[in-house]
Amino acid sequence: MGPSGGGKSTLLRVVAGLESPDSGTVEIDGQDLTGVPARQRGIGFCFQHYAPFRHLTVRRNVAFGLEVRRRPKAEIREKVDELLELVRIAHLADRYPSELSGGQRQRMALARALAIEPKVLLLDEPFGALDAQVRQQLRVWLRELHEKISVTTVLVTHDQEEAMEVADRLAIINEGRLEQIGAPAEIYDKPDNEFVMKFLGPATELDGVWVRPHDLVIHNEPGIGGQGALVERITHLGFEVRVDLKLDDGSSTWVQLSRGAAAELDGVPGDQVWVSRATPSKRHESLTEVVG
Amino acid sequence: MAKATGPALIVTYLSLLVLLPIAAILSKAFSNGFGSFWTAVTQPEAVAALKLTLICSLLVAAFNSVAGLVIAWVLVRDEFPGKRVVSAVIDLPFALPTIVAGLTLLTLYGPDSPFGINVADARIGIVLALAFVTLPFSVRSVQPVLAELDRETEEAASSLGASSSVVLRRVILPSVAPAMLAGAGLAFARAIGEFGSVVLISGNLPFKTEVASSWIYSLSQSDQLSAAAAVSTVLILIALVVLGAIGLVRRRFNVGEAV
Amino acid sequence: MKSRWRLPLRTLALGYLALLVVIPVGSVFYRAFQHGFVAAWDAVTTPDALHALWLTILVVLIAVPLNTVFGVGVSLILARHRFRGAWLLDAFVDLPLAVSPVIVGLALVLVYGKTGWFGNWLAGHGIEIIFSFPGIVMASATVALPYVVREVLPVLQEIGTEQEQAATTLGASSFTAFRRITLPSIRRSLAYGVTLTTARVLGEFGAVVIVSGAIAGKTQTLTLFIQDSIDNLNPVGAYAGAVILAIIALVVLTVLGADSEGRRSTWRSRSDQSPSDSEMPLPSTTSILTSPMDR
Repeated sequence: MGPSGGGKSTLLRVVAGLESPDSGTVEIDGQDLTGVPARQRGIGFCFQHYAPFRHLTVRRNVAFGLEVRRRPKAEIREKVDELLELVRIAHLADRYPSELSGGQRQRMALARALAIEPKVLLLDEPFGALDAQVRQQLRVWLRELHEKISVTTVLVTHDQEEAMEVADRLAIINEGRLEQIGAPAEIYDKPDNEFVMKFLGPATELDGVWVRPHDLVIHNEPGIGGQGALVERITHLGFEVRVDLKLDDGSSTWVQLSRGAAAELDGVPGDQVWVSRATPSKRHESLTEVVG
Repeated sequence: MAKATGPALIVTYLSLLVLLPIAAILSKAFSNGFGSFWTAVTQPEAVAALKLTLICSLLVAAFNSVAGLVIAWVLVRDEFPGKRVVSAVIDLPFALPTIVAGLTLLTLYGPDSPFGINVADARIGIVLALAFVTLPFSVRSVQPVLAELDRETEEAASSLGASSSVVLRRVILPSVAPAMLAGAGLAFARAIGEFGSVVLISGNLPFKTEVASSWIYSLSQSDQLSAAAAVSTVLILIALVVLGAIGLVRRRFNVGEAV
Repeated sequence: MKSRWRLPLRTLALGYLALLVVIPVGSVFYRAFQHGFVAAWDAVTTPDALHALWLTILVVLIAVPLNTVFGVGVSLILARHRFRGAWLLDAFVDLPLAVSPVIVGLALVLVYGKTGWFGNWLAGHGIEIIFSFPGIVMASATVALPYVVREVLPVLQEIGTEQEQAATTLGASSFTAFRRITLPSIRRSLAYGVTLTTARVLGEFGAVVIVSGAIAGKTQTLTLFIQDSIDNLNPVGAYAGAVILAIIALVVLTVLGADSEGRRSTWRSRSDQSPSDSEMPLPSTTSILTSPMDR
């Protein structure tokens, strides 16, 4: 994951063999594939715009990889049927790509890539061209599918939520550099640097340190060493409530509270409060509870 | 296939058919120095042929761009049975071999004309032949622009009280003018090099109905190759200038291939 | 514009077309068969006429495939690679559209003729190009050079390389990817370009008249036969020959017309695809007619 133009897709294409690296090697399963042409890498690649073969039916699209491998007709047929069933577009087998919706095309592209039984599945912004609702459904579906077929999958996205939801391991890439790699929760909680911190979710500054606004707590009275602040604005955003604060030292910050916590705080703009970082053990409760 | 074979073959093919021959024209034109080039292109018969070619081509380009606008307008805005046939007829001069085009015009407007109109061996015959072969350029250049032109703009202008002629002058013409200009340029470029359709009807009378291509042809037949190359160079230069200008007009007004 | 203009303009446009195109072309048909079908048949079945027809077909059979391969190759290079001088390649391919066919013929004579650049070398190796069959093929191929590129290149640019890359990741060699993915995608425009090329090669006159020497029964193509028949006061032969070429032209027009219709509807059904898909290339006669040099 990373912002657009950061080199994610290029990296994915290098892995697939569609581009060659200036330096470094590509290894899959311990095997050096750097000089191996794309067609011999045994990789499944899904393009952002799916790259459907427009002149072939869905069935022939999926069968393509097997046909160029000259597999027996019966085997191809069986395998394609199975895959179309798996991605739930069996009823569309004889349609042309132009007659499919975006989500259906996406699933066809996935089936096509899976047909060659790839060692690795590479997905380039697979949901980028879809509307929000379809994207959400496909994400869940992809996760389930992945559990069924268990192929190592590398997915490129610029969408934080999507990355957090589907990934077991997350690599943050920015301006061609790998910023951090690790489990999603780990990266979220312990970002290596400011960029990762800000990119992965909301961030604000307190005492010159970047924190997540939901890791801040607001007290109604001084005591546990909080910083004095004035409430500037309280914004209700459905489940969460955003409280903008003006700190005594003149800087600004904001805190993310749950609705319940905000009710408990019962503040209005102009109130004097104290703000501090939640202790690690309290961190996960801070959304629901105000430490008084 | 080895990586470099394809490009190498392509460059060879292009060189054999286009690069070397065109280079040979330029080189031959100046093979006896600039003086003989100048003599070749300024000798009376050459000047007469070039002048005739340019004047006829200009005339045809101008006339056909108006005719092209009318025909395009009818194709875009009018509905009548057989419109598709008419549309195909416009491309006919493009598909028809030029010598056949020349023959068709000779048949109808030559010595045996059923109408008694004989323009053979006359300059008007050249104009007729050029009008025939350049017709598709004139129509097809403006047609897409006209088709894209918002009909509502015209209607709005009318509703504001503009008369038909005002709508034409103030709304339609300014929008299609660049395309018309480009079409006229293409027609002109095509016309100055035209040979097959002109050769039969014009009679190739020196100083009267001999166009530049015919002059080049007769020079080459009498083995005056450097003179032929010199006149060719002039024609090529004119064509390149015109086509370059069309390119500028297209970029400037954003008309052209994109419909 | 107001409807009162409609009828006069329609009359004007159709009248102009009739006088300039329809009636002249029709009269050729009339003249060809004026003395009966048998006379026309006899005129085009003389040995010279048959030879001219055969020679024309032979030229088409050689020049069109050569130009097709060349055209697809140039299109692939221009669409797939960025390199300095690409515009130059592009311009040179289009050059024959801007140059009089007579000049093309002359230019070939200057290179391959007896006194031309390669004249001595060719004569020394016993190769005859000018005033011979190879010259006719070269002249025809040159004037028809741009058509395939003009048709295929925009389509190649429009479809991009993703489908080919997808084929590659699925295990296809670059040849397989070309044959099974690219070629079917450009099939229509290629057919269109080949049709235009064929029409041009069949009908070429100015370039061929210079390089062929127009020796009856030897280097006389059908267009040269027509001219020769007129010069030798054999109008029926000329008209009959013209009818053959005109019929071919009409077939070409029909093919092009049918094809551009089909193409338009295909594009329409794809309009819901990714953004790049909506920038459709022109129906083709327009592109070939309106843009010789500036792309």
